Amino acid sequence: MAHYLLWMIQIALVPVVAPLGIGIINKLKARMQGRQGASILQSYRNLRKLLHKDEVIAKDASWIFRVAPFIVFGVTVLVGASIPLFSSMLHLPTSDLLMVVYVLAIGVFFLALAGMDTGSAFGGFGASREVTLGAVAEGVLIFSVLPLVILGGTTNLVVLATGVTSGYVHHLIPILLAAFGFIVALLAEAKRFPFDNPDTHLELTMVHEAMILEYSGKRLALMEWAAANKLFIFSALAVNLFFPFNLISSAGLGQVMIGVVVLLAKMLVVYVGIAVLESLIAKLRYFRLFHLLFVALILSVVAIGLVL
Amino acid sequence: MKENGSNMFDAIASPAGLITLLSVFGLGALGALVVRAFDHVANFWTAAFAILGSLWGMLFAGSIFVTHHEVAMKVATSSFSGFSVAMHVDKLAAFFIFVISLVAFFCSIYGIGYAKEYYKRFSIGALGFFYNMFILGMLLVVTSFNGLWFLLAWEIMSLASYFLVVYDRTDRKNVKAGYVYLIMTHVGALALLLALALLYHYTHSFDFDGIKAHIAAVPHLALAAVFGLSLFGLGIKAGVIPLHIWLPSAHPAAPSHVSALMSGVMIKTGIYMMIRLFLDIMGPAPLWWGIVVLSVGAVSSLVGVLFALTEHDLKRLLAYHSIENIGIILLGLGSALIFSALHRPELVLLALAAALFHTLNHATFKSLLFLSAGSVIQATHTRNIEKYGGLMKLLPATGLFFLVGSMAISALPPFNGFFSEWLTFQALFGGIAHAGGSAQWVFVAAAASLALTGGLALACFVKAIGATFLARPRSSAARHAKESGFSMKTGMAGLAIACLAIGLAAAPVTRLLQTVSREVTGLSGVASTLHVSGSRTLVVGDHGAVVSGPAVALLLLLVVVLVWAGVRYGVYRRQKVMTGPTWDCGTDLNERMEITATGFSQSIIRVFKSFLLPTLHHAVERHEDENPYQIKSRTVSMQIRDMYQASIYRPLYRLIGMMSRSAEWIHHGNLSAYILYIFAAIIIVLAVGA
Repeated sequence: MAHYLLWMIQIALVPVVAPLGIGIINKLKARMQGRQGASILQSYRNLRKLLHKDEVIAKDASWIFRVAPFIVFGVTVLVGASIPLFSSMLHLPTSDLLMVVYVLAIGVFFLALAGMDTGSAFGGFGASREVTLGAVAEGVLIFSVLPLVILGGTTNLVVLATGVTSGYVHHLIPILLAAFGFIVALLAEAKRFPFDNPDTHLELTMVHEAMILEYSGKRLALMEWAAANKLFIFSALAVNLFFPFNLISSAGLGQVMIGVVVLLAKMLVVYVGIAVLESLIAKLRYFRLFHLLFVALILSVVAIGLVL
Repeated sequence: MKENGSNMFDAIASPAGLITLLSVFGLGALGALVVRAFDHVANFWTAAFAILGSLWGMLFAGSIFVTHHEVAMKVATSSFSGFSVAMHVDKLAAFFIFVISLVAFFCSIYGIGYAKEYYKRFSIGALGFFYNMFILGMLLVVTSFNGLWFLLAWEIMSLASYFLVVYDRTDRKNVKAGYVYLIMTHVGALALLLALALLYHYTHSFDFDGIKAHIAAVPHLALAAVFGLSLFGLGIKAGVIPLHIWLPSAHPAAPSHVSALMSGVMIKTGIYMMIRLFLDIMGPAPLWWGIVVLSVGAVSSLVGVLFALTEHDLKRLLAYHSIENIGIILLGLGSALIFSALHRPELVLLALAAALFHTLNHATFKSLLFLSAGSVIQATHTRNIEKYGGLMKLLPATGLFFLVGSMAISALPPFNGFFSEWLTFQALFGGIAHAGGSAQWVFVAAAASLALTGGLALACFVKAIGATFLARPRSSAARHAKESGFSMKTGMAGLAIACLAIGLAAAPVTRLLQTVSREVTGLSGVASTLHVSGSRTLVVGDHGAVVSGPAVALLLLLVVVLVWAGVRYGVYRRQKVMTGPTWDCGTDLNERMEITATGFSQSIIRVFKSFLLPTLHHAVERHEDENPYQIKSRTVSMQIRDMYQASIYRPLYRLIGMMSRSAEWIHHGNLSAYILYIFAAIIIVLAVGA
């Protein structure tokens, strides 16, 4: 019984809490810009509004455009349930690092196809930018976790998150280097600053917003929700892989509460960091982004060298 | 009943079964020539025998696996001591027979419909003859067990495929592609001949078991030369970079079901011989062999996919992806060689199983992609990806099959490509953790190459699908495209199902492939780091690195269906869904506003410009009075220079040209002088021989 409860929390946590994270970031950014800002619950209200609206679908689009939101959202739910969140007891056969990377790639694949499907120039360029960034970011992602894989001897994320605690202090420097690489990959994959500006619809720079430009109603809600989920997933992985120690190993109610609260507290740090970053720096020029990604890749290789 | 069943398999897994297999294709080839006057009959004859033969081939290979028999036969004559028609089918050969037959089966079904395009234009009988001879040649290559007999089979395979490449001889480009292919493949055959001659010199045998028995008699330097020569010769056939220049032009030139066979299967015969030679016959391999193979694999996979991104000829794009995937297979094979030199048998089994698995997977999804590309080309009569667009609505079945193939080749679960790439990654990670010394940095570089390759392949197939099947048609040919017929759809559907089925059955397939690698490497009693638990789950190591095909497929299906049902029926059901025009910013949208394939890959080309060396060409056309201020037109074009062509092959051509010019004076056209040359040559050979 307790086990079912744990699973329900594990599955629901990402889709339920993720929009709150976006709300917090937007609120913090507003405050730093000297505005009052909308409530941190605004993103839930947006989703509710969109889910209740009529939809217009571009007439040039094929069935890919229609099914893509369900796939894009679905994979984030699956990955959200597969990664270590608060408990070290919950494994799925999809809890593997490479599995998670490639299941998320299914989402990118259909998102990019949906962007091209409407035949608008925006969608096509958004898709091109998305897969170009994604190709390099995927390499950075795998390589930044690789030092942990070498230390832990496995690609199972749940085992990695629990196993890295032993010898943590001994390998602090490589872990921090790899964590930097992972954060860069996080910003690229979740399309935040300096990779993409989630607030604008400026055709010269937008990536994610360009691909979902033609969506409306329920499908738009799913796409935006999926983006929030993705940010949550990567942040949870960042705090649980590189700064673990909160994963519980029993199913007591108090334990679960502590596990979830500590997770959310750690993630709050990441979200605040993102909000501060987005208030302090400008978006980088598109072709400069790859320099940042390659720097992250090299730092990860250095981290690998240090743990070998 | 069970007794009868095993008797049946025993009967099939025998020399008689092998001869039946070969003679079906032989009959198919000769019969097609006999009935060549009637296009319909020739087409039917070709397909019937090829389909029958491939079914028998799958059954034969399956029987080898069920009965654990090895089929060996040998016909030798005393007059040629080195030569014998020796054939030997162990599990490795049986696996390749299975791969060849599986792909040939679906390609032959597809070919019934595809060949109709050639009725009255070219001889269908000749197509059938070379098609069956080509499959026969490949089967002979993987079953041969004598060096000279192998070279003969290699030649049958190469020549038959050459004639298929130049089949549509009205296009000069095809003839040129065939010419380059013919030269390259014979340079490779020459290297193989030299390698086998060197082995013969020390072991006094051309039979593979004879060579293997006396391999210790070969000195290290000679063995290194044999390794280099055979890697070169087989690498040309496999299409590794920089020996690939024939591949991107030859594969697209052939009819599409032949392209599928060439890209899906023929290049794998090079891989087969590498495994046979380096791991079986010439083993144990020194460390540097593995490092060389691994580096070649890393370069081929990364550069192959980058060149694919620059292509806008649909079939050339797929051909470059073959180079990439051969690279991925070599990553597995190279790791296996390194691990065997480092005495890590548990990792050898993992790496070799990864290489074999990717061989099977690439055969299925690449032939699927070539067949669906063929269907698109038949519907639009162009290979230029910029002239497509919007085909998903007009060719729904082809579009779906191409999508499945693209997902499989981009290693997206639950299709088969993911599982072999997962195993390859695990092998490389194992190498990084355990190889030690400088070898582990080769593994790091290889893993980086594979990690980038995966994402770039995804980018390339988003481009290919987006430009071909999505948005609006970009030419009148694409606007009037018609879906292909029943046989072509059946062939593609079969391979699409195979891509999914192999993904679902990843665990049992891997278990089978591990028995193959055990037999090849002779590591029968060793526990592997890779094992299969509960017949559904693949496990690497003992720290819980697991993936499961059925589980991921089920979970993906479940979440997508639940999300769909939840949104469709859960949240207010009364919203309307309308279709309207795409937002056009106030101007009429036309097809020139869609992103093109060239535009799509522009930013990737720019990011990787140090690999691809793109160049810009400005051309200015002025009015007749040469007024510098009045320009009639100005064009800017970007080109990707083939750096291998420019920096390796051009200088080589010049050198050969120079050498032939300097030998020109011998060819003065006097017949009696030529006869004298022959006479002198014979005398010299006999004198040296004595």
